[in-house]
Amino acid sequence: MMRMTVGALVAGAFLTVATAGAYAQGSGSATIDAIQRRGEVNCGVGGNAPMFSLPDAQGVMRGLDADFCRSLAAAILGDPRKVKFIPTTAQNRFTALQSGEVDLLYRTTTWTLGREGNLGGQFASVNFYDGTGFLVKKSLGVKSAKEMDGASVCVAPGTSTELAVADFFRTNKMKFTPIIIADQNEIQNAYLAGRCDAYSTDASSLAGFRFQQGDKREDHILLPDIISKEPLGAMVRKGDGKFFDIVRWTYFAHLIAEEHGITQANVDEVARTATLPEVRRMLGLEGDMGKALGVDNKWAHNAIKAVGNFAELWERNVTPYGVPRGINALWNAGGLHYAPPLR
Amino acid sequence: MGTTTTTHASTPARAQPALLVAGPIAWARANLFNSVWSSLVTLALAYFLIKYAVSLVDWAFIKSVWTVPTDPATGRLDPTACRQAKADGGACWAVIWDRYRFILFGRYPFDEQWRPAIVIVLFLGLFVVSAMRRFWRKELALIWVATLTAIFVLMWGGVFGMRYVAQDEWGGLPITLILSTFGLACAFPIAVLVALGRRSTDLPAVKLLCVVYIEVIRGVPLISLLFMASVMFPLFMPEGLNPDKLLRAQVAIILFAAVYLAEVIRGGLQALPKGQYEAADALGLSYWRKMGLVILPQALRLVIPPLVNTFIGFFKDTSLVLIIGIFDLLTSGKIAVTEPIWQAFSTEVYIMLGLIYFCFCFSMARYSRGLEREFSKSVRR
Repeated sequence: MMRMTVGALVAGAFLTVATAGAYAQGSGSATIDAIQRRGEVNCGVGGNAPMFSLPDAQGVMRGLDADFCRSLAAAILGDPRKVKFIPTTAQNRFTALQSGEVDLLYRTTTWTLGREGNLGGQFASVNFYDGTGFLVKKSLGVKSAKEMDGASVCVAPGTSTELAVADFFRTNKMKFTPIIIADQNEIQNAYLAGRCDAYSTDASSLAGFRFQQGDKREDHILLPDIISKEPLGAMVRKGDGKFFDIVRWTYFAHLIAEEHGITQANVDEVARTATLPEVRRMLGLEGDMGKALGVDNKWAHNAIKAVGNFAELWERNVTPYGVPRGINALWNAGGLHYAPPLR
Repeated sequence: MGTTTTTHASTPARAQPALLVAGPIAWARANLFNSVWSSLVTLALAYFLIKYAVSLVDWAFIKSVWTVPTDPATGRLDPTACRQAKADGGACWAVIWDRYRFILFGRYPFDEQWRPAIVIVLFLGLFVVSAMRRFWRKELALIWVATLTAIFVLMWGGVFGMRYVAQDEWGGLPITLILSTFGLACAFPIAVLVALGRRSTDLPAVKLLCVVYIEVIRGVPLISLLFMASVMFPLFMPEGLNPDKLLRAQVAIILFAAVYLAEVIRGGLQALPKGQYEAADALGLSYWRKMGLVILPQALRLVIPPLVNTFIGFFKDTSLVLIIGIFDLLTSGKIAVTEPIWQAFSTEVYIMLGLIYFCFCFSMARYSRGLEREFSKSVRR
């Protein structure tokens, strides 16, 4: 009896998921319809990652991920405040997405094959290109990670960093001693106290940590070797192409806005005077691009007005932590952020 | 007259050694310096005690920094003074000053934080009133219902011109108090029923059910129950029908607490002499009257210490909700020191959190001691 009930529930859940697409009306996307009915975007964030999503002293969620959530709310609902930030942990984030508790994850989640192949998710954007790096004391005189044979390295257990560091030393036929400490604060204290020669984690965090050392920041150097790829982005459920599109194109809109110098401050002005066809299409002056995505034609206008272009997002959330733009610049400035033509 | 004076004159001479028999010096001699080894150990311990007490005071009060200035260029706090203090071996309480509202109230909207503040006061009032024996009558239930209603009206809002605040934005101390108070208040009646069910001889099916419930829940750690509630449960629900995360955690905590309390209460039931049961039966009392009037009052009195022990344990166990992303007191504190400028000053925040937990747990412990003494009067008499 018990088994049957559970079985029926599971079957019911699958049926609901399967039929949700078929019965969808309006935008043609079950998720967008649900968001519009609810009047809120449920955005799964980390809530514990500086630069990405972290509540400030007043409890307001700040960071790159948080702002991309706001921009999506502006694109779909026209109001960046209509977003509900749902903190998720590394363990429950994918269930939260699969079960529909959140509409999407902007949670420093690395885009990997496994996550698209096995977890029923799909990466709609990459808003931050990260990678594993090493921070060492300048007094050590090391210029490259390849000179670190025999070094002791502080890493957190169970992270992709731990694996990347082990792989790196093995492939380069070098020895190292891992110093495994779970708590990030404790790792930093251990590194500063000299318990390990190098501190390894995502390069962005390392840069932020170095920057926070105040006048002592010159004592530490971030080695140029980035030993793994960590593209972090928005993960959505598979099977809702329309929602995928709006998440992806909202991200592109911020890149295109940066490309054309459209900012939070001047977007209204640009919308009145724009002559460039791509800008006119993006801001909803011609071409019905929003309709094609299943939202209002002013979607990009609202998104840019809400949080600014990609450079502004970066300056507000990342620059204060002293992380250089690097590979996160636009493609025409030597970075990896590239938006396809909006037409 | 003259003779009396002589007798009296000798009294001070005899009073002198009395100090060495009963005074603090005597106590110290008897307990701390009664042999060479004892004296050595005492001196060594005293040395370390004084040394660390001095450096603690030095760290916490003398070399410490209480506020940091705001950098006019960026509008952000400038933690240079704190970094300097840390290097000199001093505490940085500025982190608490900057973040105490976040630690206490989590992500609750900043302008509305007077509401959770009142909620904390209401909870404390509720605890104090419930602790006083003169309020132990039927009206207390009404007080509880009224206070809890007020608490939820304040937290949610949406009426009387207060803004609606969804549970996702609740956080800090109110979450800890809600989870533990509700958890224990709801778990207690369940626990009594389960304990009675497990002891029942006439209803084998009920007994079996209770045994299975207890053994299954007791066989898994609370963390895995919380994971079940947070990760597995939503997958079994149809889309759109998803009970709130806080509610799910609350239910998991209630189920878990009920089992432990039930086992404690069962201990009390078993400790009662059989004569009490038989006497109640002989009076012709019905089952529920027998339990309610004769057995449970005595059984519960017997198990006050382990009950309070369980209460204290659960009050602290609520902090495990951090693994499912609920911002209770401990999580808020951890998040507060995730901010890079405060990352080096987690000790100060953990000390503050420890003090808050200690205040609650210690008052529970003291209260239970008082209660025990009060109740055992009749026994001693």
